[in-house]
Amino acid sequence: MSKLVRIANGAGFLGDWLDAPRRLVERATVDYLTIEHLAELTMSILARQREKDPAAGYAEDFLDILRSLTPALKAQPQLKIVANSGGMNPPACVRAVARILSEAGLGGTAIGCVSGDDLLPRMDELMAQGCEFANVDTGARLAGIPQGALVSPASAPRSPTPQSEIRNLKSEIVSANAYLGARPIADALAAGARIVITGRVADASLTVGPATHEFGWRWDDWDKLAAASVAGHLIECGAQVTGGYNVDWQGFDLTDVGYPIAELAADGNAVITKPPGTGGAVTRRTVAEQLVYEIGDPRHYLTPDVDCDFTTVEIADQASDRVRVSGGTGRPATDTYKVSLAYRDGWMASGTLLVYGHDCREKAEACGRIILKRCELAGYPLARTNVELLGFGGGVPGAWFWRKYQTPGELVLRVTAHDLRREAVECFARQFAPLVTSGPAGLAGYAAGRPLVRPVYAYWPTLVPKSLVTPQVDVRPAKEWCA
Amino acid sequence: MTHGKTICVRDLATARSGDKGNHANIGVFANDEDSYGILCSRLTAVRVQTHFQELGVTRVERYELPKVLVLNFVLYDALAGGASRSLRIDTQGKLLGTSLLDLTFHANAWEENDQ
Repeated sequence: MSKLVRIANGAGFLGDWLDAPRRLVERATVDYLTIEHLAELTMSILARQREKDPAAGYAEDFLDILRSLTPALKAQPQLKIVANSGGMNPPACVRAVARILSEAGLGGTAIGCVSGDDLLPRMDELMAQGCEFANVDTGARLAGIPQGALVSPASAPRSPTPQSEIRNLKSEIVSANAYLGARPIADALAAGARIVITGRVADASLTVGPATHEFGWRWDDWDKLAAASVAGHLIECGAQVTGGYNVDWQGFDLTDVGYPIAELAADGNAVITKPPGTGGAVTRRTVAEQLVYEIGDPRHYLTPDVDCDFTTVEIADQASDRVRVSGGTGRPATDTYKVSLAYRDGWMASGTLLVYGHDCREKAEACGRIILKRCELAGYPLARTNVELLGFGGGVPGAWFWRKYQTPGELVLRVTAHDLRREAVECFARQFAPLVTSGPAGLAGYAAGRPLVRPVYAYWPTLVPKSLVTPQVDVRPAKEWCA
Repeated sequence: MTHGKTICVRDLATARSGDKGNHANIGVFANDEDSYGILCSRLTAVRVQTHFQELGVTRVERYELPKVLVLNFVLYDALAGGASRSLRIDTQGKLLGTSLLDLTFHANAWEENDQ
């Protein structure tokens, strides 16, 4: 039988089910366990943590996961781990991982650190070399970011951005990371790493790296790289391909959902499955829906490794909870890396109240008006605000068929505000509790306390030439990383 | 307009949605070839944009994946600023797929479901 490489995914984002990786490797034998911890805005949150503490800025959940995996690492010599949990600080993550492994008697384990994605310290140098970091959605240049908090309230998003209101926010950038590809991961594995910790790496590359290393593909084997990217894309969101996020949720129990495994063949085609005896399901439906999850043009799913065509993919049931995915095709990768950049964009808070009674709709709208008007009276008119009536079609404004139904007897009022001035949003957050005594009867939910005022990091998708970014790979035994 | 058979997208397909910056996408997976054919002819980009017009969607692009019976809709500017800046409870467009399944049509023509 020809070689198969079994690549599993135990987390689809930072905050995913902490027990899933351990439960996965306890019930299935896999060659690689990948951990995907970085959503679009996770990097800016981690960047803030690193600002406060130079030893922080990585996904600390990974340390809990790793502790739970040390028995499996001892019992299963084939098991390797590839995680992008390094976030904004891969070396700090690697050192913490090395300490855990050393304490567990695994000090000889080789750990690879992949970095070089962090462009923040290099912004001046890169801009001097001609990088404009234009926004790929809007075409706007970084030097002219619209004064976000003063434009287009959510309730009227069609109003145009006044081009006169411009601020140069280069100094407001909190994170700028290139999405590196599979190659540094494969290089780390080739250098003997059993655990590879990366910063910002494209999600699918967490799978393509091990596959390319195992099968010895060339970096211009476009169809194989594309086929493996399809598998990586399918498992990158964890349980979403094994029954999670399914509208047919009543068809199976998700309590003990099995996290996904891609069994890759030497041509890159794969069977998607999950550990036996686990909850959830792997069907043509769960796989097909996940194939197009959060993608644009399916003919051009761009990764740092390859330009994939998803329209050539075929999906077929092979057996119970085994679905074969084949036929992904690829074209040469582009000469740029996608960059995830975030800049400070003021402050935001959301408060909720339960509004009860036959008149709850009108009453909730009135409460929303009172809250916002009292901010104005305090001298803080807010740049962007939104009033939602949850339980009355507020989840998707205008699109639900709720108008067919009678007004409910209760609903949740949610009011949100965004402004560049922290003190304005703090004023807003103080307007909920006074409604206890100075608002209408039939309100509850004050016990949750004053709404939290949190910083906003606006997302700025852009590109950087690959020639200006050099991925770094450093592989050493755990006990050396500790030293 | 109540005569004739009423069909819901939910009878023909399942769906899931997500975010990409300030844009959202909805993947619609047809139950079978016949359902896929009906959806291709009736669930147009314009119809989807109308359904979500209050979100401020500026454009809808529809992509067909006939081999896997999937339509992929990309809803531009649907998310009021995207995951970080949106003031809505559904910052990432997670509800849009479920909402799209509520669309209904009669035997011969799409009909507004909420009037």
